[in-house]
Amino acid sequence: MAATTRSHHETPTLTVAPAPKELEREPLVLNNRSLSWITATIAGIVEGKTPKWWWAFFIPSALVMSMCFGMIAYLISAGIGVWGLNQPVGWAWDITNFVFWIGIGHAGTLISAVLFLLRQKWRTSINRAAEAMTLFAVACAGIFPLIHVGRIWFAWWLFPIPNANNIWPQFRSPLLWDVFAVSTYGTVSLLFWYTGLVPDLATMRDRAKTKIRKFAYGFFALGWTGSNRHWSNYEKAYLLLAGISTPLVLSVHSIVSFDFAVSVVPGWHTTIFPPYFVAGAIFSGFGMVLTLMIPLRTVCKLHDLITIRHIDLMCKVTMATGSIVGYAYAMEFFIAWYGGNPYELYAFKNRAFGPYWWAYWSMVSCNVICPQLFWFKAIRQNVVIVFIISIFVNIGMWFERFVIIVTSLHRDYLPSSWGYFSPTPVDILTFVGSFGLFLTLFLLFMRFLPMIAISEVKGVTPQADPHHPLGGAKEGHH
Amino acid sequence: MSDIFPKWTNKLPLRLLLGVMIVGSVVTAGVTYYFTPKYTRVGYQPIQPVPFPHTVHAEQLGLDCRYCHNGVEQSWFSNIPSANTCMNCHNQVLASDARLEPVRESFRSGQPVSWVQIHKTPDYVYFNHAVHVNRGVSCVHCHGPINKMDEVYHAKPLSMSFCLDCHRDPAAKIRPPEEVYNLNWVPPENFAKDKGAKFVHDWKVNASQNCSTCHR
Repeated sequence: MAATTRSHHETPTLTVAPAPKELEREPLVLNNRSLSWITATIAGIVEGKTPKWWWAFFIPSALVMSMCFGMIAYLISAGIGVWGLNQPVGWAWDITNFVFWIGIGHAGTLISAVLFLLRQKWRTSINRAAEAMTLFAVACAGIFPLIHVGRIWFAWWLFPIPNANNIWPQFRSPLLWDVFAVSTYGTVSLLFWYTGLVPDLATMRDRAKTKIRKFAYGFFALGWTGSNRHWSNYEKAYLLLAGISTPLVLSVHSIVSFDFAVSVVPGWHTTIFPPYFVAGAIFSGFGMVLTLMIPLRTVCKLHDLITIRHIDLMCKVTMATGSIVGYAYAMEFFIAWYGGNPYELYAFKNRAFGPYWWAYWSMVSCNVICPQLFWFKAIRQNVVIVFIISIFVNIGMWFERFVIIVTSLHRDYLPSSWGYFSPTPVDILTFVGSFGLFLTLFLLFMRFLPMIAISEVKGVTPQADPHHPLGGAKEGHH
Repeated sequence: MSDIFPKWTNKLPLRLLLGVMIVGSVVTAGVTYYFTPKYTRVGYQPIQPVPFPHTVHAEQLGLDCRYCHNGVEQSWFSNIPSANTCMNCHNQVLASDARLEPVRESFRSGQPVSWVQIHKTPDYVYFNHAVHVNRGVSCVHCHGPINKMDEVYHAKPLSMSFCLDCHRDPAAKIRPPEEVYNLNWVPPENFAKDKGAKFVHDWKVNASQNCSTCHR
């Protein structure tokens, strides 16, 4: 007590601490744009005349998509032998492409659900397009397991439908879990995306000039009037769907990884697979979001809405998940040695230095080395470099799945069964064709739907805050 | 908005839902009834070159199944007899009956009577008659009351679930081996419960459900 008193006396009188300098957050919508500007800009993309560049992208994409369907028709009519896979490599580009596409979808769900629950307001400018990307990626992903079963007319056996054969799906198989994981993911993503679209569809309906547009947007707007009650129900539904989607970010790719991890193949049978696959999925998804968004904001002149800060933040997520993926690569090797299983060690040595060394090192350079450049702010904010790196991320993540699947399978248990997989033209054209499908769907989306969530972006502007000088019902500063 | 959609459209989603449910139920019920072997196969009774009545031969005259299908205990295939077997009796009985002309023709020429096959297993299914009849599965389990048929028809669905019903619970259907060809045999009360399981064990009935049991 005495000591306290003394120190009290001896301490010089405290001066009032200087107020800390207010750290200004960079605004999410640049140039102090008004609410009406936001609506007019985003809706204007859909309402304006179809630009020439759109046709320049759409026609080739549609042709490539047709090629994809042609290849699928050929595969179904001729049989699975038109692909290069065979014993011992029974899964090759088909499952590689499936995992590649389904992984890309994950960024959409992360942005729309997880960042929503974490109140990351920057998600609003990119979530609509990222969710659309998710849906289209899931559509592309769904094709490959469907057609790889060979006799596609029996694909309905994957679902528990009572039948005269009295057979039932094998619920202990991860391949079946996959069916449910992916179909749930597709359904929830679609609902989430559509729920978010409803207020914007109503905006489009109210702005529509022609009868057909009024009808089409009005039909899907479900009679939205923007009443308080509608908004209240909407917010609840959106929050619930975000809650339902959040576990899917982790579960879907975990289950995809079980397709491999639950088996006993050296190189697949590792416990690190679920988190490693999830990180890889988010990594690849953000890679694809960047690949799509950077050209998009330029051609649609959306620099004030999808700002450098958005790109900077996405780069950071890419770098973080890319580093996790790099750590997982290292840890796989460590455990292969530390675990003392000679077959596993062989599988991993064979990955890096075996006949598929080129695939392994392509993967490492694209996935581990490339994203480390994002430590530098100058690189994160240079859209050209970011775009190039994002392409490398996409390439690297395709190679990752190829490396995991093909290099683990091509060395069977008996050296007499060893083989080497080479793709056939049908393999290659089907995969290239799936990009056609993806881009066609995405181009249709950006032509006919508001690709940025209008109402949500308005909600994060300063004007939306009633206490802001420009806020409330007043029209924003122009 | 009312200028786009009239008021009745408010009820449209509910009506659509109802319609989808009704159509869905009808389609499900229709497929279940019309698209399964219980409908598509049961009752198939093609016109045979000779209207052979099992009821006369097996029921009234009391011929043993194996008098004609004599390979059934040894072979996967239950053979159709050649005309020689028929002519053992029919060189005396109904020797000039017009209905039996194809049999006599076959006897003279050596060319088999062109019977129309009724019970077919697909070529991806392996079915062994011998292993079934030797382990207490009677003809009537799969062929129905064949001893009562004027002309043979497809009596049981023979779908995969039909096979599995028995393979999943053989004790319920099994009978003593000496009763396999007694097509009118009725199991005594509680037979399946008291004896079935014991027979399955004692005779080492391995009613396997492995895919490769039938799909080899």
